[in-house]
Amino acid sequence: MTANAKPKFAMYWAASCGGCEIAVLNIHEKILEVDANFDVVFWPVAMDAKYKDLEAMQDGSILLTLFNGGIRNEENEHLAKLLRKKSKILVAFGSCACEGCIPGLANLSNSREIVTTAFNTISTDNPQQIYPLTSYAVPEGEIHIPKIYPRLRTLDQVVEVDYYMPGCPPESHQIAAVIDLVIQVLQGKAELPPKGSYIGVGGSTVCDECKRTRHLKTVKSFKRIWDIEIDPELCLLEQGIPCNGPATRSGCNARCPSAGAQCIGCYGPAEGVIDYGARLVSAFASIIDSNDPEEIDRILDGIPDPTGQFYRFNLAGSLLKAGKSAWDKEKV
Amino acid sequence: MDNNDTFEPVIIGFTCNWCSYRAADLAGTSRTKYPANIRLIRLMCSGRLDPAFVFKALANGADGVMITGCHPGECHYIEQNYKALRRFQLMRRTLQGLGLEPARLKLVWASAAEGTKFAHEVNSFVEEIRALGPLHWGKSAQPSAAVAEPVLEEVAA
Repeated sequence: MTANAKPKFAMYWAASCGGCEIAVLNIHEKILEVDANFDVVFWPVAMDAKYKDLEAMQDGSILLTLFNGGIRNEENEHLAKLLRKKSKILVAFGSCACEGCIPGLANLSNSREIVTTAFNTISTDNPQQIYPLTSYAVPEGEIHIPKIYPRLRTLDQVVEVDYYMPGCPPESHQIAAVIDLVIQVLQGKAELPPKGSYIGVGGSTVCDECKRTRHLKTVKSFKRIWDIEIDPELCLLEQGIPCNGPATRSGCNARCPSAGAQCIGCYGPAEGVIDYGARLVSAFASIIDSNDPEEIDRILDGIPDPTGQFYRFNLAGSLLKAGKSAWDKEKV
Repeated sequence: MDNNDTFEPVIIGFTCNWCSYRAADLAGTSRTKYPANIRLIRLMCSGRLDPAFVFKALANGADGVMITGCHPGECHYIEQNYKALRRFQLMRRTLQGLGLEPARLKLVWASAAEGTKFAHEVNSFVEEIRALGPLHWGKSAQPSAAVAEPVLEEVAA
């Protein structure tokens, strides 16, 4: 390879769905600016690259790495540590890397349950109980399937992270804005935000960006969106729809509430929220219009899966990090 | 797992300034004994109890959490103890979804005059938690506790 003066860019996916990569491509023509300003050296989804090429690179030689996905197995951890070593700026990109996201919900089960569910459930036709070989001899040597960890960890639970860019996936206009910023920094026209900052986000909560009208909230029952005809102007939570807006970081222009669906919290905890679920427990409990324990219980039955409601995106990054069954094998 | 004979539960108790903390105080001045397993944290009101306090206690090694406040209708701030009640009920459901035994979280109303009741509630809660055994949430859920598991090897074997 000839000497390339352009700064180097990498993107990697660990335990994730690939939606983050699509969101990056959704910036349309701006992707050409990425190519014009960066030398893309490692991006398994978009180009062919081998881990050994990455290992051969000089430490700190990649300027910007967008890392999406949580750390579920040994391979994820190896790549997280490797990319940390090779990168000047490591961004936890997307909800999985920031807070665990949907793969983090597997932290409600132990790893044995996860493997048996994947290969041996009613919905899986596997009468001969066939499981993948964990190691296999090829002419080049023996290859192994990476071992799974008991819990999915967020990127910053494994390596130091410079910036966080939440969202499932991050909104494309936010990605474009961040790329613009980095290019301006390269041209000396702007400065990077302080280390540890959340980038490509709004400064408040989804409620603040939401155009719906709000009053004092008092809720006598919680409902699902298909149970009622939704008032297009009124706050969803006021209508009894469990909307996660009050605790969720802004940045998406309140997309879901604008479309008549409740916020499910993909942008993660808002600034200053210690525990996303705890904040929502607090918010939802505060608006229930009853002081009678039995009636409160009946109203709460309207949230059939509070753990899923409050930790859909945030379980691995929450204070408790996992369900008890993820580590308490004796009780399973 | 710790031996239950030597297991001393760690319990975090949240008290409100106006009733339950004074109940604990009364228990003290009346020489009513209750076990030292409970570490009391005084809040101005049970309505100040952010559920994050409870989750943090459990994540940092508490085996049980006791939330206390003024009796219904007697809150110094009119009705914040009802808010605490609703938060408690929703918290208990959420924690149950995470696999926590509901009995590890308890809500107790105690007026400033109920030192004996307060001591009795602490006594019985400590024994309930002792019977449940240690929780170990803190240690087990720490990122450093992650050790790769040969699950596939075990399951396929």
